Amino acid sequence: MERVPILKIGDILLVSIQLDMSDQTAVALQEDLAERIVATGCHGVIIDITALDIVDSFVGRMLSTIASISKVLDAETVVVGMRPAVAITLVELGLSLNGIRTALNVERGMELIAVDRVHDDQYEFEGGPDTEPLALP
Amino acid sequence: MTSGVDLGRPQAQTVGSDEDVVRVRQLVRTVAVAVKLSLVDQTKVVTAASELARNTLVYGGGGTVEVTAVDNGRKPGIKIVFADSGPGIVDLDLALTDGYTTGGGLGLGLSGARRLVDEFDIQTAPGQGTRITVIKWSR
Repeated sequence: MERVPILKIGDILLVSIQLDMSDQTAVALQEDLAERIVATGCHGVIIDITALDIVDSFVGRMLSTIASISKVLDAETVVVGMRPAVAITLVELGLSLNGIRTALNVERGMELIAVDRVHDDQYEFEGGPDTEPLALP
Repeated sequence: MTSGVDLGRPQAQTVGSDEDVVRVRQLVRTVAVAVKLSLVDQTKVVTAASELARNTLVYGGGGTVEVTAVDNGRKPGIKIVFADSGPGIVDLDLALTDGYTTGGGLGLGLSGARRLVDEFDIQTAPGQGTRITVIKWSR
């Protein structure tokens, strides 16, 4: 079985799917990514599907599952590079890709993740719900 | 013709593994390109074939897929037949409902594939296997 390589770029894991994946390969990618997120402590995952000429319900479900798994592991997933014909077909197939963030290309996906982290940091700095309320004088 | 596929005859592919589903996609794409389907229609018919070939494998226990270039006198198209001798489908209306699944998937394979093609015919009965024929015409 072929495996999809996972690259680490700074705080982001980049997966560029370049082959017509069998279902087994798709499931293996899910597991490999979960392990790499934990091993590296990365906070962002970008899945580049520019080279995919179809996304069927199995791959669609895999993308949703990866997004959910990475969220639980404190990482954001952005799917980038979907071809127009793939988007049209996905909608007609009835797949909504709920919970998946998308961007047009890798660069915008990286921006999206960077902006998210800044917001998270500000939120923590200003005091999220987990922090003690400010004592008033 | 650069595809190397003899369009005069049906192209057969057995479906017995995950990798065979990938091969079905590739075969369908080759023929869809050869009969000059638009890019969106190629994408739709390859996606439908992927769903149905997976059903042949998962629910039918494997089977065969036959891809043929067809012509109705006005336009060319691609015909694909998915056949298995598995358990068949007991309640066809239910099986064609969005979101219904017995296999733990999303329940979009059969119903979604039907939306992606121009003609969809299904012959099935309990214990008799399943035979699905789809056609996508070039526009």
